[in-house]
Amino acid sequence: MVSRGMADRAAGAGTELDHLEALRVMIRIREFEEMCRRLFARGRLPGFVHLYIGQEAVAAGACLALRADDQITSNHRGHGHVIAKGGDPARMFAELLGKADGYCGGKGGSMHIVDFPSGMLGTNGIVGGGIPIATGAAFANQHLGNSRVALSFFGDGATNQGVFFESLNLAALWKLPVIFLAENNQYTEWTRTEDLTVGEITQRAAPFGVPARQVDGNDVTAVHEAVREAAGRARSGDGPSLIECVTYRWHGHNEGEEAFAGRYRPQSEIEEWKARDPIAALESRLLDDGVANAASLDAIHASERGLIEAAYEWASAAPAAPVEDALTDVFSPARP
Amino acid sequence: MGDSYLVTAMRDGLAEAMREDPAVVLFGEDADRSVMGSTRGLIDEFGPDRVRNIPLSEATIVGCGVGAAAAGLRPVIDLMVSSFFYITMDQLANQAAKLRYMSGGQVQLPVVYFAATGGAGSAAAQHSESPHPTFIQQAGLKVVMPSTPSDAKGLMLAAVRDPNPVVYLQEASLGGTRGPVPEGPFEVPLGKATVRREGADVTVVAVGRTVRVALAVAEELHGEGVSVEVIDPRTLHPWDADTVMESVARTGRLVVLDTARQSCGFAAEVIATACTEAFGSLTAAPVRVTAPDVPMPFAPQLERHLAVDEHKVKAAVLRSLA
Ligand SMILES: Cc1ncc(C[n+]2csc(CCOP(=O)(O)OP(=O)(O)O)c2C)c(N)n1
Ligand SMILES: [Mg+2]
Repeated sequence: MVSRGMADRAAGAGTELDHLEALRVMIRIREFEEMCRRLFARGRLPGFVHLYIGQEAVAAGACLALRADDQITSNHRGHGHVIAKGGDPARMFAELLGKADGYCGGKGGSMHIVDFPSGMLGTNGIVGGGIPIATGAAFANQHLGNSRVALSFFGDGATNQGVFFESLNLAALWKLPVIFLAENNQYTEWTRTEDLTVGEITQRAAPFGVPARQVDGNDVTAVHEAVREAAGRARSGDGPSLIECVTYRWHGHNEGEEAFAGRYRPQSEIEEWKARDPIAALESRLLDDGVANAASLDAIHASERGLIEAAYEWASAAPAAPVEDALTDVFSPARP
Repeated sequence: MGDSYLVTAMRDGLAEAMREDPAVVLFGEDADRSVMGSTRGLIDEFGPDRVRNIPLSEATIVGCGVGAAAAGLRPVIDLMVSSFFYITMDQLANQAAKLRYMSGGQVQLPVVYFAATGGAGSAAAQHSESPHPTFIQQAGLKVVMPSTPSDAKGLMLAAVRDPNPVVYLQEASLGGTRGPVPEGPFEVPLGKATVRREGADVTVVAVGRTVRVALAVAEELHGEGVSVEVIDPRTLHPWDADTVMESVARTGRLVVLDTARQSCGFAAEVIATACTEAFGSLTAAPVRVTAPDVPMPFAPQLERHLAVDEHKVKAAVLRSLA
């Protein structure tokens, strides 16, 4: 097995963003997703695959502002969240390939990767499904007094679900240490967000008295800063926050959609957003600031690409989940 | 052993669970005063931190149970009326019932969801559901339905101690029935049926409130020379097929009573199991008495008309003996 994902980064929480670490995480996500794209195109990935390319700064900025023992819940577009929270790409690939060593032993797949040890309480196939779960984890954190924060990643589409509003109310009422993080990537599946979702997403927190901020989701520093502030508020007992990260997904809603979706967004729009690549933006800043040079950036790319390739090699050589496993893990036999 | 109402016994089981483990927290609408009575007074002993009045956000609360259980608590959630489970179905069926499986067994979810169930007192179609077959179908939920005060207490403690999501259904019409209940913490194991009355001629499997009906009919038929065995499964998923099949092997006859509607109900499951696992011992076609496939009507006489009553049960038993 390849490295156990990102190093324990508890030390980094609540402090300034380590930009090189952020870059590494973002590149790791990009490389992972590029590999998924190729695998899907070759018919190697069963099921649905929703790629995170273009949104990497959100997962990286947010998770780097959290402690290792903080929890997150995520959605169908969750590979980036899992990686940023410290997930192991090798076990992720193994899961996507239905291998026994996958995170869920092949029972979860792309939309259900779960990694409890890294605080990843679940990606989710149901839009909005993870929001109450994060809210409940936050309740447990508050009740147990363990100072952990729970953060829920969800898309703009999920802000039209009832549980979003219910959870805002409950979290505000009980001052739960939870962060609601909406990734507004401009589309809900194949329809423009503005055609489905009235007003600003941040306004939806106002009636609940929940502080809300809109940030540039392609600016990892801005995301990190907003989440750090929200996490600080949550940890000091001041309750939930809503953060809207404005971003864009470069790929389709799901891989292979072209055959069904037709063209629903202008090519110029896609190009515009590609010109605002969050990785390139961070790199040019690091170059400007003298924190990195061309050679050191190349080295990061090369090492992350190598890591992802090795992760995939390991996963593809791993044994398939035995069919008998389909019948296990329904109930826990043990008493906790 | 003192006498107790069923809802009080249920509450006492909950109190025992809260006493033995500070991680047990209770969420409910008006949990302090308790509409059904099953949580009344708990706030006095355990305080408002552990007994929480919740907003009317059932879906979110059921999901909070998942998250809180995953993060180290043992939440118990009062949904009040089992019809209200339907508004929570995503969180119940897609999240609570599946997270352990989907994660390849990474997590235990010790969470209990309870509610009063079944038609009673003209509550009409939206407050009278008997939705247990829907929950059984989810695979990842254990489902219990006590028929006596003693079992109400013992099953509650067992449900809270269990490391899995349990749906605990309290028959609304039995809440005010009284019976003996052991003092102190005691557990009725999940997945274990009990033989309420031994008999040799016919096996009657009865769920929830129909247990009393079955016992009354058994007593009546005893006077007519028929010996009826009455089995109360108590846990509907996973249910104790061994006890039932062992009985059918002796009696050769099976009648199943269920408060849920007929199609794909628990009675259908028990009879299918008998037909596939114990066909050789059946000497007559199994018979089921269930609610018909209609919503629950309002008018008292219409509601009564649908009930699994002694008249229907006696006729069913006699048919299996014919
Ligand atoms: C409850 C529910 N409704 C519909 C779907 C199908 N679906 C999956 S993702 C999606 C769009 C979600 O959009 P958004 O929340 O903005 O996330 P994005 O895909 O843009 O990241 C839809 C409609 C679903 N999985 N769950
Ligand atoms: Mg979207």
